[in-house]
Amino acid sequence: MSGAGLDSATLFALTGAILIGIGVYGFIVHAHLLRRILAFNVIGSGIFLMFGALGFRGAGNGTDPVPQALIITGIVVALSLTALAVALLVKLAEEEGGATLPEEQPGRGEAE
Amino acid sequence: MTAPLPGAFPALELLIVLPLAASLLAILLGGRLAPRIVLLLGPAMLVVTAVLAFQIQTQGPVRVEIGGWEAPLGIALIGDGLAGVFLVLTAIVMTAVGVFAQKPFGSEGAETTESYTFWPLYFAMWAALNAVFCGGDLFNLYVALELLTLTAVAMVAYGSTRAALRYLLFALAGSLAYLMGIVLLYSATGTLDIELLARQDTIEATRMVSGALMTAGLLAKTALFPLHGWLPPAHGSAPAPASALLSSLVIKASFVIIVRIWFDVMPDVAGTVFVQLLSILGAGAVLYGSLLALRQTRLKMIIAYSTVAQLGYLFFIFPLAGGAAAETPWAAGAWSGGMFHALAHGLAKAAMFLAAGLVIEALGHDRIDDIKGIARALPLTMFAFGLAAVSLMGLPPSGGFLAKYLMLTAALADGQIGLALVMLAGGLLAAAYLFRPVNRALAGDYVPEVAVVTYWRQLIPLGLALLSVALGIISEPPYDLLQVGRSKVAVEGIDD
Amino acid sequence: MTDAMPILLMLCPLVSAVIIFFLREENERLRTTINIGSSLLKLGLVAWTLEGVGRGVIYEYRLEFVLGLYMLLRIDALALLFIALSSFLWLVTTVYAIAYFRGTANLSRFFGFFNLCVFATTGIALSGSLISFFFFYELLTLSTWPLVVHKGDHESLAAGRTYLGYTMVGSAVLLFAIVWMEGTTGPVEFVAPPELDKLSGTAQGAIFALLVAGLAVKTAIVPVHSWLPKAMAAPAPVTALLHAVAVVKAGAFGIVRIIYDVYGIDRMAEHSLGVPLAMAASVTIIYGSLKALQQTDIKRMLAFSTVSQISYIVLGASLPGPFATIGGLVHLVHQGLMKITLFFAAGVLAERRGVHSVSQMAGIGRRMPLTMLAFSVAALGLIGVPPLAGFVSKWYLGIGGLQAGHPWVILVLAASSLLNAAYFLPLIYRAWFTEGPDSLEQYDGKEGPTALILPAVVTAFATLGVGVLAGFAFSPLGWASLIVQREYIP
Repeated sequence: MSGAGLDSATLFALTGAILIGIGVYGFIVHAHLLRRILAFNVIGSGIFLMFGALGFRGAGNGTDPVPQALIITGIVVALSLTALAVALLVKLAEEEGGATLPEEQPGRGEAE
Repeated sequence: MTAPLPGAFPALELLIVLPLAASLLAILLGGRLAPRIVLLLGPAMLVVTAVLAFQIQTQGPVRVEIGGWEAPLGIALIGDGLAGVFLVLTAIVMTAVGVFAQKPFGSEGAETTESYTFWPLYFAMWAALNAVFCGGDLFNLYVALELLTLTAVAMVAYGSTRAALRYLLFALAGSLAYLMGIVLLYSATGTLDIELLARQDTIEATRMVSGALMTAGLLAKTALFPLHGWLPPAHGSAPAPASALLSSLVIKASFVIIVRIWFDVMPDVAGTVFVQLLSILGAGAVLYGSLLALRQTRLKMIIAYSTVAQLGYLFFIFPLAGGAAAETPWAAGAWSGGMFHALAHGLAKAAMFLAAGLVIEALGHDRIDDIKGIARALPLTMFAFGLAAVSLMGLPPSGGFLAKYLMLTAALADGQIGLALVMLAGGLLAAAYLFRPVNRALAGDYVPEVAVVTYWRQLIPLGLALLSVALGIISEPPYDLLQVGRSKVAVEGIDD
Repeated sequence: MTDAMPILLMLCPLVSAVIIFFLREENERLRTTINIGSSLLKLGLVAWTLEGVGRGVIYEYRLEFVLGLYMLLRIDALALLFIALSSFLWLVTTVYAIAYFRGTANLSRFFGFFNLCVFATTGIALSGSLISFFFFYELLTLSTWPLVVHKGDHESLAAGRTYLGYTMVGSAVLLFAIVWMEGTTGPVEFVAPPELDKLSGTAQGAIFALLVAGLAVKTAIVPVHSWLPKAMAAPAPVTALLHAVAVVKAGAFGIVRIIYDVYGIDRMAEHSLGVPLAMAASVTIIYGSLKALQQTDIKRMLAFSTVSQISYIVLGASLPGPFATIGGLVHLVHQGLMKITLFFAAGVLAERRGVHSVSQMAGIGRRMPLTMLAFSVAALGLIGVPPLAGFVSKWYLGIGGLQAGHPWVILVLAASSLLNAAYFLPLIYRAWFTEGPDSLEQYDGKEGPTALILPAVVTAFATLGVGVLAGFAFSPLGWASLIVQREYIP
C-alpha cells in the first residue's frame, strides 16, 4: 500500500471495498437481470474508487496519474458493456416478457 | 528484446489499425458494401501476418512502444512467437469465416439488418483479438478483452438473446475479477507492463492474490469447467460463422492471457497446488464436456460441448510444462504441445462449425436424428467434418495428434499417469461423440433432397480442416516460430 | 535412389487416392486405369527394391515434425516381405473389386479410400520407428472404416461401429504403451533396440503386455476378436482385404516388430514374455477353429478361420528359435494368399449364384468349376496338405515348437489341422460330389466375367507355387529365412 496512508486515502479505499462487497452481494442475491447489471456497476465503481485511492502517493508527492487514466478508460468500457447488457435485457423482455434467466439445465442446453 | 529496425514494416500496428479502420468503414459504407471489405482486408491481413511471422523468425521478438512512450507510461505491443502463431491463426480463420459469411450476412442488392450490423462487429472482433494476442500491458489487455466480449456477445445475440445475456453475465463477473487483480498488482508494483512485471519479485502475497483474481476472471471467459455453463448455449445457438469465431478464436484470447500471466509475469508465485488445480479442472472439463457432448441431439450443440472438453487439455500445460524437460530433452515438451493443441483446435473447430452451418443451410435444421444421408448430398462438407474430427480426436496424421503426443510424453515422463489416462479417455470419448453424426450422415443409400449449397462454399470448411490436419505434418514452421522469445519457464516448468 | 524409394512407394497409392477422390463418378475408365496403373507401378518398384534389399542395401527416408517427433521410413527385409505380399494381393484385389462393383454407386469414394488404405498399409510396412508405425496403423483404421460401411445399410453400419469401437480402444492402449516406453527411452527405432534397461523389469513386462494388447485387437486374438466376424457385412473385396492383407496383418506384423526389433529375442527370453503370448495364440487357434466348425454361413466360417490362422503368425513369433520364426513369418504371406483366394471365391459364389450357406454348396463344383477349384486348393492349403503353402508354415512351426522346448505346440497344430479338415472337407465334398437341387441343365455355362474369376485362380496358383517352389531364394520361405538369418546372426 502507498507509503504514509493518509486518512482520506484509506477512507476512499475502504469505501471502495465496501462498495465492492455490496455489489457482490447484489450480484449473487438478485435474480432480476437489471439488478444484476446495476450490481456489476456498483462493483465497478468500488474497484475504480479503490484504484484511485491506491494511486495516492502521500502528501506533497501528488498522485500517480496512471490510475486516473486507467480509471477513465475503465469507466468507458464499463459504460459500453452496461449499454449492451441493457439493450439485450430490453430485447429479452420483449421476447419473453421477463427479465430473469432460468436455472441452467446441463446436458440439454437451450432448446432454441 | 530487440526494437524493430528504424523504418521497419509496422506489422504489429497495422494488425490492430487495419481491422479497426475497417470496422468504422463498414459503418460508413452501410450494409450493401460492408461485406465486400473483407475480400480486400483478408488477403491484406494474411500478408501482414506473414511478414510479421517472417520478422519474428528472422529478427527475434519484436517490441513496439506505441507513440514512442516507454513503459510504464506508454503501452507496448509484443510480437514474440506466441503472439505470432495466434495472429496467423486469427488471420486465417477470420478470412475464411469472412468469405463464408458473404452469404448469410451478405447483401444481394439490398441492405439487410444483418448485413449492416454484422460487419462492424466482425472487424472490431478482429482488432480486439489481435490486440489481445500482441498486447504487452495488462490493462491494455483488459480493454481489448472487453471489446472482444462486447462483439462476441452481440454476435451470440443473433441466435439467442437469452444465451447472449448469460454469456454477458459470466463475462462481466470475469472482467471485474480481472480488473480487481490489475488494481492490486498495480498498487504493489507500479506497473502493468508484462516485461517490467516479469522483473519484479517483490511482495509475493499481493502478486499471488492478484494473479489468482485475474486467472479466475479469465477462466470464466475461457469457459473452463466448472465455469463453462454459458458456452454451449451461446456457441450452439449463434449463427454458424459466429460460432466458428467464438469457439476457434475468442476463448483462446483469454487463454493466451492466462499463459502470459503464469509463464511470463509471475511464474515464481504459482505453487504446485495451484498448477495442479488448473489441470484438475482441465481434466474435469475433458471428461464432463465429452460426456455431455455424447448426450446432445443437435449437431452444433455437440460441437459446442466438444469445445468445453477440448479446452480442458490446454490447462494440462501448467503442471506438465518443463516438469519432464530433464527426463525428455529430446522432445518438444508440453508447452509447445499445448499451443499446437490450441492451433489445431482453432482450425478444426472453425471447420466443424462452418460445416454444420452448411448442413443447416441445406436441411434447415441440425437434428442428428434427421441428417440421414446428408453425406451423399454434401460429400465435401461431411468430408471436411470428418477430417476436423480426426484432428479433434487426436488421431494421426493431424495437428491434434502431434499436440496429444507431446503432452502425453511429458505426462508419462513426469509420472502424471492420471493426466495421461484422461487424455486417452478424452480422445476415445471424442471419437464416440463425433462418430454419431458422421455415422448418421452416411446411413441409408439415397440422396436426400436439400437446398442448394454452392461448391466453393463447401471448400472453405474443407480448407480449414485440411490445415488442421496439415499442422501435424508440416509442423516445423509453426513450431520454430513458437520457440522465438519463448519464456524460459515454458522449458523449465512453473513449479520448480 | 535409396532415399527416394520409400517416398515413391508411398506416393503411388497416395496420389491415386487424391486423384480418385476428385474424379467424377461417371469417369470409370480413368478410375480403372489409375487403379490398375498405380498397383502395377508399385509392384514394379517393389520388385526393384527386392533385388536391392537382397544385396543388403538399406533404403531410408526421414521427415521431421517437431523436436522428438519424426517419421522414419525404412525398407528392410521384413518390411519388404509384408510390402511384397500387400502389393501383389492389392493388384489382384483391385482387379476383383473393379469387376465386383461394376455399375454400382459411390465408387470414387470407395476407390479413394481403397487407395488410402494401400497407402496406410505401405506405411505400416515401411515404418522404421514405433511412432511412425502407430501413425499409419491409425490411418489404416480411419481409411478402412468407410470401406466397411460402404453399403450404408443397417448391418454394415453396425459392423463399422463395432470395428471402430474395438480398434480405437486398442489404439489408445497402444499409444499409451508407446509413450510410456518413449518417455524413458526416447524415440524407438527398429534398427537400434531401445535402452529398455532404464525401465524396471516389471515396467518392461507391463509395456510389452500393453503393446501386444493394443495390437491384439486388430490381430483378432481371443478375446478381442469379435469385430472380425461382424465385419463380414462389408462387401466381398473389402473382407478379402481385411482378412488377408491390411488390418489383421497389420496387427500381426506389429507384434512381430515388437518382438524382434523392439524387445529382441534375448530380452524376450530373459523376461519370459513369449510363453504367455504363445499360449494366447494357441487358445485363439483352437477357439477360432471350433467356432468355424459351428458356422453354417460360409463367410462367417471363413472369418473364424482367419481368427485361428492369424494366430499362427503370433505363435511363430512368440516362440524362441529360428524355425518357429520362419514358420510365423512365412505364414504371414501364405495365410494371405490362401485366405484371399477363399474370400474371392466365396464372393463370386454369393454374387453369381446366391450361395451363402454351406448347405447351398451342393453340386456347385460343376457349375463353377474354376472358382471351386481355387476354393478347394486354398482350403486344402489351410488344412496343411503338402505341398501347398499351409503345409510349409505348419512344418516349420512344428519344428520350431520342438526346438523351443514346447512340444505342446505340435498338439495345437495337429488339433487345429484336424478341425480345419473337419469344416473344410465336408464343404469340398458337398461341392464336388453331390447333386444340387436344381439339375445341371439349367446351368448356362458361364461362371462370370473373367476379371471376377481370374483373381481367385491366380492366388490359388500362388498358393500352390509358394509351396512347391519354397526352396527358391525369392520364395516367401527363402525370404523369411533371409530375415531370420539377419536377425539371429547379427
